[in-house]
Amino acid sequence: MMLFLPELTLLGAGLVIFFVSIRNAGSNTVKNIAITLGALIFGATLQGATQEGDLFYNSYRVDLFSQTFKILMGGALLVVLLFGSRLDSLKKEIHPEYYLCLFMSVLGLMMLVSSVELLAIFVALELSSFAVYIMVPMRDDSGRYRFQMEAGAKYLLFGVMATGFMLYGMSYYYGLTGSTRLDVLVLEIPTLLNQPVAVIATVLILCGFFYKLAIFPFHFWVPDVYEGAANETTSFIATVPKLAAVALLLRILTMIEGGGETMVNLLIVCSILSMFYGNLSALVQKDIKRMLGFSGIAHAGFVLLGLLVFHITGYAHALYYIAGYVVMNLACFLVICSVAAKGENVMIEDLTGLYKRSPFLAVTLLIGLFALAGIPPFVGFMGKFFILIDALRQDYLLLVVLAAINTAIAIYYYLSVVRVAFCSAENEQDPISTPAHMKMLSVFLMVVILGMGIFPSQFIHYAENTIQSIM
Amino acid sequence: MDQLLTYPEFPHLLSILIFLPLAGVVPLLFVNNDLFSRNWTLVVTSIAALLSIGLITGFDTSTTRFQFAESHSWISSLNIHYQVGLDGISILLFLLTSFIMPFCVLASWSYIKTRIRTFMICLLVMETSMLGVFAALDFVLFYILWEAMLIPMYLLIGIWGGPRKIYASIKFFLYTLSGSVLLLVAIIWLYQENGFSFFIPEMMWGNYSFTAQILIFIAFFLAFAIKVPMFPFHTWLPAAHVEAPTAGSVILASVLLKMGTYGFLRFALPITPDAAIYLAQPVLWLSIAGIIYGGFTALAQNDMKKLIAYSSVGHMGFVTLGIFVFNIHGVEGAILQMINHGVTTGALFLCVGMIYERTHSRELLSATGVGKFMPIFVTFLAFFSLSAFGFPGTNGFVGEFMILVGTFQLDTALGKFPYLALAAIPGAILAAAYMLRMLQKVIWGGTNNPDQSWLKDLNIREIVTLAPFLFFVFWIGLDAKTFTNMMHTSVIGLLDQLHSHQQQALTAADLILR
Repeated sequence: MMLFLPELTLLGAGLVIFFVSIRNAGSNTVKNIAITLGALIFGATLQGATQEGDLFYNSYRVDLFSQTFKILMGGALLVVLLFGSRLDSLKKEIHPEYYLCLFMSVLGLMMLVSSVELLAIFVALELSSFAVYIMVPMRDDSGRYRFQMEAGAKYLLFGVMATGFMLYGMSYYYGLTGSTRLDVLVLEIPTLLNQPVAVIATVLILCGFFYKLAIFPFHFWVPDVYEGAANETTSFIATVPKLAAVALLLRILTMIEGGGETMVNLLIVCSILSMFYGNLSALVQKDIKRMLGFSGIAHAGFVLLGLLVFHITGYAHALYYIAGYVVMNLACFLVICSVAAKGENVMIEDLTGLYKRSPFLAVTLLIGLFALAGIPPFVGFMGKFFILIDALRQDYLLLVVLAAINTAIAIYYYLSVVRVAFCSAENEQDPISTPAHMKMLSVFLMVVILGMGIFPSQFIHYAENTIQSIM
Repeated sequence: MDQLLTYPEFPHLLSILIFLPLAGVVPLLFVNNDLFSRNWTLVVTSIAALLSIGLITGFDTSTTRFQFAESHSWISSLNIHYQVGLDGISILLFLLTSFIMPFCVLASWSYIKTRIRTFMICLLVMETSMLGVFAALDFVLFYILWEAMLIPMYLLIGIWGGPRKIYASIKFFLYTLSGSVLLLVAIIWLYQENGFSFFIPEMMWGNYSFTAQILIFIAFFLAFAIKVPMFPFHTWLPAAHVEAPTAGSVILASVLLKMGTYGFLRFALPITPDAAIYLAQPVLWLSIAGIIYGGFTALAQNDMKKLIAYSSVGHMGFVTLGIFVFNIHGVEGAILQMINHGVTTGALFLCVGMIYERTHSRELLSATGVGKFMPIFVTFLAFFSLSAFGFPGTNGFVGEFMILVGTFQLDTALGKFPYLALAAIPGAILAAAYMLRMLQKVIWGGTNNPDQSWLKDLNIREIVTLAPFLFFVFWIGLDAKTFTNMMHTSVIGLLDQLHSHQQQALTAADLILR
């Protein structure tokens, strides 16, 4: 019972919201209930921090690794609920449904990080994806009907295809080893990796998670979904699922320890292409959500760089990086959700004069973007730095130089957003009033961005222990 | 760790100095009062300046070791430490930084009218990172502070700057940051080679292969040459200078540019000695190009800030020239000239800021003839101009003279360049030309003099701001020995090690040329 508490809480939260939706409560009540539930869920994940054990005939493992990711997801969920609480871009009637999908999606993601059996992984992934398939088109944006529908369709089609690939890969694994359990596979697969079929199987399985993490060439959905979905939905898609994707990639990659040359080369190519594609495309974006989407592709490439060193410190640094990425992204989306008064999409030029309208939000955006760009002393820099060290330790000098060049490219577009925010507008817009809880939230995010950057030691140590628990 | 020397009388002096300004930010976060912000920042920076006098009294000029050292574990998993210390090369720059800051606050007293609290916070954060850069002995610490200071500087230019402030701040940020990206890769490579240590003294003089040295030197060069800025990497500088508020210009000219040349001395020479010797010739010619180019361009400027900005390109050309002639006169002259440029150019920017506050223009034409109504101001300006073109008796003369002597003596294993010093001399003449042109316009003016009779001469605050700079102009000019003594041992140590590498560079060059 205690082992399963975070998931049970989420399930309970879903039920509560479900009943609320039947009772036709006011949107304010729904909002308050959802935030309370979010806090409860976060509390439940914290409570589960030190839990350990197996469930469901050993297909579900609760260990430090899974619990750490659950805490991160719980925290990110709470933050998304808090700053997205206005839900301006959704019709009032469907607020409960939105929260229901949100909780179900997180439930799926939390189950995903605990699953140690291929079919359980598949089911959990589908649970989380289905909920998001519904959430993406949920948007009351009368004038631009097509966009969210296109986004929804794209997300669905690509998602289905990726899971199809994954399932196909899983079937190969089963054919090769006669088992779908990771603890059996972990013994068999490394010896099979010199056979093409095992490599193909692994690559196919990775496709599923590459899709979630938006790594080239599984990134096609990103810009349109980021743009088409409501701001609050995008904040969620851009953060929580990425955590789960990294968790699963870690599980798979620790399983194929060492990886074999073909595998590593493939990952290297994916990593480099993600970085270049993401950064170069982000340069020309006008919609800030699209820009963050493309930058997310580049960041995913960076995470992959940390993963493909196949070494515990590299894994720990990748975990640190993705956790930091989530916090930085949340800070940026907090600003986007606050600026978009009616839930509309925010163009970069709409941020003109933000500094005059709300110095507070402008500084939050500045720190969030500078951190994403990898400027010290923020967490983004430390994450990049650690990953570069790991890659150079494996003698990937060229890769490191390319990654460094990418960092330089990325600075340009992040900086141009900051520039616009600090420019004075031609026609002054109204000041944006930031409620107290939003101020506290953004101060909290800024402190985390700075604190994780200056004192990464504790976090890395914890991350190493976390990874140790699955190796 | 035997390169470190602690200071038992006051073990944490250096760290206190570095972090005092940052700690000074805390009250400002909670009190939003303009007068308090100004006074408080002045107090904090002044205390830091006074405390740093303790560094002079405690400094041992007879050793090349890093003094006032401290070392604490920071990120243990990667062997990253918080390590700081000063030697003869860095102490003067450290002192320059801490002395300049109170005057930056004074210069902004009435110049900055909006968001004063934020401005002061930026200044204080800036000071911590600048002091930290000169004291850092761990490469990660160095890099973090080196990059982190871009953020407050970006805000200083971007918020309180002139009409094209956004363009200037972006250009400044992008240039300097993209320059140092490869520096990071070089740092990580060195970390591997040195048994996973970021400790700078351990990285020095460690026999790396010649190819590796060349690559690292190129990474270093890009980062540092942009910061200096050397011709042709200088284009961010005039824009940044012109748009920055007075305090920003002073910090840029006095401290930020020195970080590039400091980088050459601290890293490029000791870590990649063979590559430095091998590639000295192009660097020297670039320096000469900078001197001549800076001089001619300054001559053509009608915006006083631009004029001084371009003159900085020329002056910093002298500094890199001095560093890359690899002899005692050249290097000591270069370090001295770094200090001189900090004092003189900082003061000149303060002067321009004072005119700007009165006339709201930096155009030479609109400042013509102010001398008649502002005699005290013009006196200051005249002395600083003399110092800027190296008039005997002022600090500029000593620095440039030493560098030129060093250049005449240039005699490296890879060749002699007897015409190099001759090529640099027109720079000194050009400097006289553009400075005197400015001075002539400001004092006597031209035919179309606007009515300037309403101009008020300097007030007490402004005199207090400028007087210490004048004091240093003459102190260094008449008694340079005091200053060179502080760096002498360290420079000798640096050059001795460098010369023992000459043969290796020669062999490598032979192999390549053959």
